[in-house]
Amino acid sequence: MAVKTVLESVRDAMHSEMVRDPRVFIMGEDVGPRGNVFLITKGFLEEFGRERVIDTPLAEASIVGVAVGAAIAGMRPIAEIQFADFIYPAYNQIVGEAAKIRYRSAGGNTCPLVIRTPYGGGVRGALSHSVSVEALFYHVPGLKICAPSTPVDAQGLLVSAIRDEDPVLFLEHKRTYRLIKGEVPEGDFSVPIGKADVARVGTDLSVITYGLMRHYAVEAAEKLATEGVNAEVIDLRSIRPMDRQTILDSVTKTRRALIVHEDQKFGGIGAEVSAIIAEEALFELDAPIRRVCGPDVPSMGYAKEYEEAFMPSSERIGAAMRELAAY
Amino acid sequence: MPQLGETVTEGTVGRWLKKVGDTVAKYEPLLEVETDKVASEIPSPFAGTLTKIVAEEGTTVPVGSAVCEISETVTDASAPRQEQPATTSMPPTPSAPERVAPVDRSTAATTAADGVRYSPAVRKLAREHRLDLRNLSGTGRGGRLTAKDVLQHVGSGGQVATAPPAQQRQPAAAVAAPEDGDTSMRVTQMRKTIAEHMVLSKTTIPHAWSLVEADVTGLVRWREREKEAFKAREGVNLTFLPIVVVCVCGALREFPTVNATWAGDRIIVRKHINVGIAVDIEEGLVVPVVRDADQLSLSGLARKIVDLVEKARARKLTMEDMSDGTITVDNTGALGSIASYPIISPPQAAIITMEAIVKRPWVINDAIAIRSIMNVCLSLDHRVLDGSVASRFLQSVKQRLETYSAQS
Repeated sequence: MAVKTVLESVRDAMHSEMVRDPRVFIMGEDVGPRGNVFLITKGFLEEFGRERVIDTPLAEASIVGVAVGAAIAGMRPIAEIQFADFIYPAYNQIVGEAAKIRYRSAGGNTCPLVIRTPYGGGVRGALSHSVSVEALFYHVPGLKICAPSTPVDAQGLLVSAIRDEDPVLFLEHKRTYRLIKGEVPEGDFSVPIGKADVARVGTDLSVITYGLMRHYAVEAAEKLATEGVNAEVIDLRSIRPMDRQTILDSVTKTRRALIVHEDQKFGGIGAEVSAIIAEEALFELDAPIRRVCGPDVPSMGYAKEYEEAFMPSSERIGAAMRELAAY
Repeated sequence: MPQLGETVTEGTVGRWLKKVGDTVAKYEPLLEVETDKVASEIPSPFAGTLTKIVAEEGTTVPVGSAVCEISETVTDASAPRQEQPATTSMPPTPSAPERVAPVDRSTAATTAADGVRYSPAVRKLAREHRLDLRNLSGTGRGGRLTAKDVLQHVGSGGQVATAPPAQQRQPAAAVAAPEDGDTSMRVTQMRKTIAEHMVLSKTTIPHAWSLVEADVTGLVRWREREKEAFKAREGVNLTFLPIVVVCVCGALREFPTVNATWAGDRIIVRKHINVGIAVDIEEGLVVPVVRDADQLSLSGLARKIVDLVEKARARKLTMEDMSDGTITVDNTGALGSIASYPIISPPQAAIITMEAIVKRPWVINDAIAIRSIMNVCLSLDHRVLDGSVASRFLQSVKQRLETYSAQS
């Protein structure tokens, strides 16, 4: 077992897959000599060469579009979008093309593409470096979405994503890159896409979350345990497909559900999770479903106070958990 | 202790700027705190009086731990609040269930109109364990009944109404194919509800029964004399039912524990006397309620009863009309009965019947005379009432009925 940061785990997943499978290559802005703006691919150009570590122009639609073509032709591209905030020009290539390849070819073609991108706030990234984009994509059949929060999940899920026959949007929360450290097994391993993780076992309420918020939720749960409230925390890890069974099993056990995500509230992942719970576990609920989310404003601000007002803190999550437990 | 820097994990109390007993305004400097990076004046998040210093000058405590207690003057909170870092929100104090009047809930109907809401989980558990939720008190917010409360009640061997095996088998026998000439009647929702109510009553309330004979000869004559004028004046007939209700109310004032309900760990004696009047309609029995019947005069009662009966026959009774009865009176005598063993309507503790008035040979002053006799029967919840109170109550009703005379 090694102790690594999320950033190191992402690097190791790509490195080991590129060593194992010559079809795997990386393309994106500044991934070559610069080694990625977070230094994730530092040294990759020297090790794997110019044909497998490709600097692209500042043209997101083309980054993904070219990668789609390469994937259909039999390669295993990892297309990097430097910050999720820049993904919008590539939306058509992802949703209109990549997600539909298998379906429209009746299975004749697949698109084994990974689109990796850092998302989320907490680094004073403001308007163009803090956005969460999962809600824009999780609606789309044919697309898989991963959002790991721990080093082991980052590495294991990225390996699964690279090996997957279908397009995977791989969301890395930038605040977790260096902040979150954890144990990661040595050698080859993977984590299945579409399976949630019970981050903390509890009995009194279920907190369903992903990304950076998983860590805040666990922190809040530990504090609440000293007050006699035992909260369960479910880390979705994959947004699509979503692990409905783990969610329903947890809520059936605890009878109270709190959904936490950094992304804006209206139309966020929490809306779908709420609908699933209400449709399939209504008669288990002892309290209304609650959500703690970012506010419905276009972006978090640059000022520290604005960023803090946007991002749910472990105190705010803890207060909601307390209220729900006492309902 | 507030967090004064991103990496700071503890702080040292430098100097207290207020002492115990001082009042402090919101945002007024309260103490000085030193960390390895910075020394600051910390403003008070609340207005109030400093009641306790928890961290003395010179002590080092972790960020987030209490440094003092301030009794807040803004609200009525009797408990002193703890000093918290300004950025955290105060946890709401759960309200003590005792204060939230179980009285209201244990006798209130389970409708949303009463403000009592049961969650889907609670309803499901109640169905599974066949519980009457009205008797349970809750520990949720505002005294709400939670699923945990229900489970704890069941776990502690609380009221579980299980149908005795005989009753389970009977439906099976009835389901045996109807023979030639048999008619199969669909069970209406009303009949189903009545059936459930009756089963609940008989399986959870230990019924006891008593009967008194009232010599109502005087009452009969009084009514004969009064009825024309009453009809002309009030527009409704003067029947024996409102008269009996008047006597019952009078007796309830004397014996208030008959107007009560069993609530598990306590008996709730109801203040209001809401008399349910049993009314026969084609589909079955309904029991509209005359609220505060003891506050009405005889004519008021007569009119109210007629009004409710008309509504019942027109199928226009509302939930409001039928809820929150505290006792029931049933005029079984109207159909010729001279003794009935009525079934108590939960959560009430008693039900009274007035039987047919029959002329009988009677002993008065050691001689035989023909007198009009009306039996009055009482079924009682033996958890709430014992024979002696029940009997004395019935005696009171009887005596009141017997005070009427042609001369009164």
